[in-house]
Amino acid sequence: MKPEDFDLIRKILRERSGLVLGEEKAYLLESRLVPVARKHGLAGLDEIVQKVRTAPAENLLVDITEAMTTNESFFFRDVKPFDLFRDNILKDLIESRAAKKSFRIWCAAASSGQESYSLAILLKEAAAKLAGWRTEIVGTDISKEILARATEGKYSQFEVQRGLAIQLLVKYFTKEGEQWRISQDLRDMVSFREFNLLNDFTPLGKFDVVFCRNVLIYFDQETKKKVLERIALMLPPDGVVFLGGAETVLGITDKFEPVPGQRGIYKLTGK
Amino acid sequence: MVARKILQELGFETLEAADGQEALDVCKQKMPDGVLLDWNMPVMDGLQYLVELRALPGGDTPIVVFCTTENDIEHIQKAIEAGANEYIMKPFDSEIIQVKFSQVGLL
Ligand SMILES: C[S@@+](CC[C@H](N)C(=O)[O-])C[C@H]1O[C@@H](n2cnc3c(N)ncnc32)[C@H](O)[C@@H]1O
Repeated sequence: MKPEDFDLIRKILRERSGLVLGEEKAYLLESRLVPVARKHGLAGLDEIVQKVRTAPAENLLVDITEAMTTNESFFFRDVKPFDLFRDNILKDLIESRAAKKSFRIWCAAASSGQESYSLAILLKEAAAKLAGWRTEIVGTDISKEILARATEGKYSQFEVQRGLAIQLLVKYFTKEGEQWRISQDLRDMVSFREFNLLNDFTPLGKFDVVFCRNVLIYFDQETKKKVLERIALMLPPDGVVFLGGAETVLGITDKFEPVPGQRGIYKLTGK
Repeated sequence: MVARKILQELGFETLEAADGQEALDVCKQKMPDGVLLDWNMPVMDGLQYLVELRALPGGDTPIVVFCTTENDIEHIQKAIEAGANEYIMKPFDSEIIQVKFSQVGLL
C-alpha cells in the first residue's frame, strides 16, 4: 500500500473512531478490508482507497471503521476487577443506594457482550440482596455488527471456556448446537445500543459505575483525556470507572485517581 | 498427550494413569494436588473414578478438572455433582487450561 493511501485510511479511522493505527498495524488493512471491499462490490484494497478518495459513501466508511476495531473480549476478563466489583463496589452500592434502590452500570466498549453479562451474572448471584432493586446494565459499542452478537448472547465453546467458571456455565447457559447461549433472564438485565465514544455522552444519562476497559489503548492521549473527562461528568461524586490492565488515568487527566489497593479502579478527585 | 505437555510447560510435575483404576491406585499412595481427568477410559471411567476418589480418606483434597469430548450439559452436571472442580471441553488450547487452572487455584 502506498504511504498516501495508508494515511488516508488512517485519517478516516482516527476521525471516526479515535483509532490510532500505527505503521506496524498496516498489515491488518489487507485482511480486514478485503472482505469490506467484496461486500461493496470492489475488487480489493486499491479500489477501496480509490472509492474513498473520489466518492465515499457513508456506509462504506462505516464498514471500514467497524472492520478495523478489535473486538476481543472474555468473560470475567482479568478476574480481579470482577472480584473487586463484587466484593467492594457492589457492596458499597447496596449500602449507599439503599434508599432509592437503584443503580446503573455502563459498559462503554461492550464488544460481544462478555463484560456486560459477567456483571449481570454477579448481580444475579447477589439477587438475595438486590430484591426489589432496579438495576440497569447498558452496553454500548461503535460496531453494530458486534452488538448484534452481544444481543444474541451466543458464544462458542472456546469463548465460554475463557474465564467462565463451569458452575456458572451450567447455571446460566444452554447449549444450542455447538454454541452456548446465555439465559433470557440475564439477557433481560442488559441492554445494548450503538454509541461512539467520540460523541456527546449526555443522551446516555448518568451512571454509578462505568466499565471502560480495553478501548482507551487504541486512542491518542487527547482522545483518552476527552473520554475520561466526559465520563467524570456522568458520575455521582462516589462513582467509579474501571479501566483495562494496560490503561490508566495517570498523566492523562486529574479528574480521576486510582483507588488505593484496588487495581484497575479509579475514583473522582473532585477537581 | 497434549495436556501433559501443557501441564509440564506450566511447571507441574505429572504422573499418568491409563484408566480410572490405575489413577485410584496412584492416589491411594499419595494424593496429588490436582487431577486432569478424561471421561472415557477402559476398566474404570472418569466419573466412577471421581466418585471413588472423593470417598477415600483425604480424597476431597485434590482439585479435579475434567477434560473430555463429552460436552453436553448433562455430563457436566454429573461431573459437578460427583465433585469435579472444573470442566474442560475438548477441543481446548493451552490458554484454556491455564485460565481454568488458575480459577481453581492450581496456578
Ligand atoms: C477490545 S474490545 C473491549 C471489550 C471489553 N470492554 C473487554 O474489556 O473485554 C474494544 C471495543 O471497543 C470498541 N470501540 C472502538 N472504538 C470505539 C469508539 N470510538 N466508540 C465506541 N466503541 C469503540 C470496538 O468496537 C471494540 O468492540
